[in-house]
Amino acid sequence: MRRETADTANVVQFDSVGVRYEHGPEILQDIDFSLPAGSFHFVTGASGAGKSSILRLIYLAQRPNRGRIALFGRDVGAVRRYEMPALRRRIGVVFQDFRLLDHLSTLDNVALPLRVAGASEDDVRKFVPDLLNWVGLADHLHAKPPTLSGGQKQRVAIARAVIGRPELLLADEPTGNVDDQIAVRLMYLFEELNKLGTTVLIATHNENLVSRLRHPRLRLEHGRLRQD
Amino acid sequence: MFSRRSDLPLKDDAATRFLPWLVAPMVFLCSIALAGAFIISALLGRWDRDVSGTLTVEIAAAPGEAGESAEQTRIRVEQALRILAGTPGVADARALTQEQLVGLLAPWLGNSDLLKELPLPAMIDVTLRPDRQIDVGALAEQLSQAVPGASLDDHRVWLSKLIDLSRNIERLAVGIVVLIGGVTSATVFYATRSGMAVHHDVIEVLHLIGAPDAYIARQFAERAFALGLKGGIAGLGLTLPVLIAIGLGARSLQGGFLADLSLPFSGWAAVVALPAVAALLAMLTARVTVHRTLARML
Ligand SMILES: Nc1ncnc2c1ncn2[C@@H]1O[C@H](COP(=O)(O)OP(=O)(O)O)[C@@H](O)[C@H]1O
Ligand SMILES: [Mg+2]
Repeated sequence: MRRETADTANVVQFDSVGVRYEHGPEILQDIDFSLPAGSFHFVTGASGAGKSSILRLIYLAQRPNRGRIALFGRDVGAVRRYEMPALRRRIGVVFQDFRLLDHLSTLDNVALPLRVAGASEDDVRKFVPDLLNWVGLADHLHAKPPTLSGGQKQRVAIARAVIGRPELLLADEPTGNVDDQIAVRLMYLFEELNKLGTTVLIATHNENLVSRLRHPRLRLEHGRLRQD
Repeated sequence: MFSRRSDLPLKDDAATRFLPWLVAPMVFLCSIALAGAFIISALLGRWDRDVSGTLTVEIAAAPGEAGESAEQTRIRVEQALRILAGTPGVADARALTQEQLVGLLAPWLGNSDLLKELPLPAMIDVTLRPDRQIDVGALAEQLSQAVPGASLDDHRVWLSKLIDLSRNIERLAVGIVVLIGGVTSATVFYATRSGMAVHHDVIEVLHLIGAPDAYIARQFAERAFALGLKGGIAGLGLTLPVLIAIGLGARSLQGGFLADLSLPFSGWAAVVALPAVAALLAMLTARVTVHRTLARML
């Protein structure tokens, strides 16, 4: 079943991937899909269907128990530990719970991907305030996350995910904390980034949202994938 | 090498905040041990120079009337010379002539013909090879057993025992320094580990954003360096008055070989460098600890 050569035009490729937690049953079985460069996909399914697990596999927070995953044409199983940071920097992630660092200001949170990549403070000053301005947080550069609203935190999380101009953007329920109107605006933001060449994968259980935007979806049901 | 900003909130860590309080007494103890080692080693150098070079073997005159005594003494001298010739480390052994002996005694007894009639002890001047260590104690033992009335210059035997003792004290001091370094390093290790546990979530986020291990390790290492230096300087602050007091006390002793109980310059340099050494040790330990611990994370 295993394809020997990864298609380098695919940013992500799953082959017969299976995931289980501890000694439980496989919550994901025989997952096969690929995300071509520049594509925009949704991954949908009920709560507990395994959406977050698929994203965690892609951003290298978790290993599959079975099958093979290729990122940017590279077999993830063969990636050495010291190569992972560089690989992860090509991926921007909006975590479901944001995972902002509470002790850092908005500006420092968004600057993190630049700083861990060794960017200069000049670059930080040049790009971060601009981006925060663009997501409407110009007045909150020095605010700490605990003082921000859910929607504001979400925009900080998105800014942090895109500041490093990732080739692949993953977002886990990015519209979970906002009303439908803001949700649609966020989607437009992701579409803008997609038009600039970023491959996008968004996990959501918001059927309403998915049906309003015409992008292919990966539907998870009973641990298996149904593509339409 | 040192950036001022840190993404990890290490400044408020209970796990590492106590480190200076540990490093300060460690640096204090270490300085005292180190100063002791330097003082002893300087003393040793001087004593070694005193004992090395030459020894004197004295052989008491054999009993009996003048002629026979002189003959017996001559045989004893020859025995002693044979032993000395067979001792490694002895370059030359030469018995003083009657004339030389008389010459030595003349200032006290006058240049009297009577001296020539007295049963005089014999003396052997021993020249040692500078490149060989000689066991003075063993040689004294050997001579006194093989040759009746022979004895090695007492003062030097005693000094050589003192040198052995000092050398052991010196080794002990070095051992203490190493031990203190090990304890400090182990403490930094556990403090860093608990710090990493406290900040596990932040570290995970940094990882997922693409931070290399070195980026995370650097922040812990810089913090450990700062804390180590702080404790080290405090420890030095405790040490200096003590060392200065010892130095003044030694100077007031005046005369005798104890007068030179002062710390040599190299000793001062080592003690003053100790806070930096402690800081570097803490930094290196934290760095290695973080790398080792992270290697077990995905
Ligand atoms: N760390 C974990 N340990 C054990 N079970 C887990 C863990 N994470 C997720 N699961 C289980 O795996 C299944 C899929 O979870 P998840 O991927 O979070 O789904 P979704 O994001 O679609 O809600 C759920 O049944 C959940 O309980
Ligand atoms: Mg989820």
